[in-house]
Amino acid sequence: MSDLFSKFDPIIDIRANLLATGVTDPFSLVMEKVLSPTEAICNGRETILLGTYNYMGMTFDPDVIAAGKQALDDFGSGTTGSRVLNGTYAGHRAVEDALKQFYDCQHAMVFSTGYQANLGIISTIAGKGDYIILDIDSHASIWDGCAMGKAETVPFKHNDIEAMDKRLGRLPAEAGKLVVLEGVYSMLGDIAPLKEMVAIAKKHGAMVLVDEAHSMGFIGEHGRGVAEAAGVIDDVDFIIGTFSKSVGTVGGFCVSNHPKFEVLRLVCRPYVFTASLPPSVVATAATSIRKLMHGSNKRAHLWENSKRLHAGLRELGFQLGTQTPQSAIIAVIMPDLEPGAMMWEALLQEGLYVNLARPPATPAGMTLLRCSLCAEHSSEQVEEILHRFERAGKKVGII
Amino acid sequence: MSDRAQISAAILGHIADFNKKDIALSDTTSFVADLEWDSLTVMDFVAAVEDEFDIVISMNMQAEIENVGQLVDAVTSLVAAK
Repeated sequence: MSDLFSKFDPIIDIRANLLATGVTDPFSLVMEKVLSPTEAICNGRETILLGTYNYMGMTFDPDVIAAGKQALDDFGSGTTGSRVLNGTYAGHRAVEDALKQFYDCQHAMVFSTGYQANLGIISTIAGKGDYIILDIDSHASIWDGCAMGKAETVPFKHNDIEAMDKRLGRLPAEAGKLVVLEGVYSMLGDIAPLKEMVAIAKKHGAMVLVDEAHSMGFIGEHGRGVAEAAGVIDDVDFIIGTFSKSVGTVGGFCVSNHPKFEVLRLVCRPYVFTASLPPSVVATAATSIRKLMHGSNKRAHLWENSKRLHAGLRELGFQLGTQTPQSAIIAVIMPDLEPGAMMWEALLQEGLYVNLARPPATPAGMTLLRCSLCAEHSSEQVEEILHRFERAGKKVGII
Repeated sequence: MSDRAQISAAILGHIADFNKKDIALSDTTSFVADLEWDSLTVMDFVAAVEDEFDIVISMNMQAEIENVGQLVDAVTSLVAAK
């Protein structure tokens, strides 16, 4: 029978063929119990978590949890309304104030998810007749923001400074231009050459938006991200971020110094036409953000973990997505989907959870086992992770 | 040769670089259905054509282009508008 679902048949077939090989479905894992930021019970087995975005381990921070419980008691379980109607509570203002302090900037706007922050900001500021120049490996939320806004979308090859410069140079001088970049690209864990790219964008009169979702809290002197580390944060017009990674809850945001920024609260549809975050979520986010301002010891340990895992995996003979550890993400490149799924399952049987990532989420059609480290992983855990990779890799025949 | 004929010849040259199955080319050859190009090949090919003519073919424009003839027409009008 052919109907509207026929277009999904190729994906249904890929999934069926994969499961027919006998592997566990990598996309339907359930965490039965979560013990800490780094451990959970999966399939009844104690498992080290190496595939979360809990970079700073804030999800079980006692102050964060206390703030959430207090907000539940004081403000209830939800706002049942939009930010622009009945959905702005004291906590929503408080978390926007925390963001303004964290990024040392004038304006902060909180969305219900990080996806909506990119969708809303990009589609609203770049409309029909404007141009968006973006990296081809941009996150889905960026692409969807481009499509929703109907701007002319011009991609360039990943991290290719010259390709970006050439394309910007060919656009009409008078047209509105938005360059969209990411600090850390989450599939391979590589960073963008923001020093050069931001300068080129400015040379061509473009505004610059940088998604720093995967760098908040541990890259840059104040944890403001790759743009801060590259010394160009003052030339970035908009930073997009999320609460669902280092902050440890859910929500998204945009911070900016643009003098007219506040108008976006009236014209940005993904901000207006959705319910605001629950009071407990904004309370945990605000507490977590304030603690991240003073997290330099945790930051240093996170970097130690990233360096050790990168070096250890290379020594074992795995092929990695980057030559050097550039972020808290280390991507292990698999030969194909089937051996990737087998390796993923072997790791899970060893008690280690990583992300299995496959096209279209990944660049160049790659299958990846994505490892993301946490500041709360102990040095002993990292050594244990390497042992488990070695055993699983030999069992599956990848190394 | 007319502008369109010259542009067509140059584009066919670039297609040849990516035409791994040696599919016979005409104005009605489809990039996806006939040449079976994936999105990565399309990106590299578009970049090559953009650099050849010093133009930008936005994703919005690419969405309207299915076959070789449509691409030649689009590039011809972009070059004329420069």
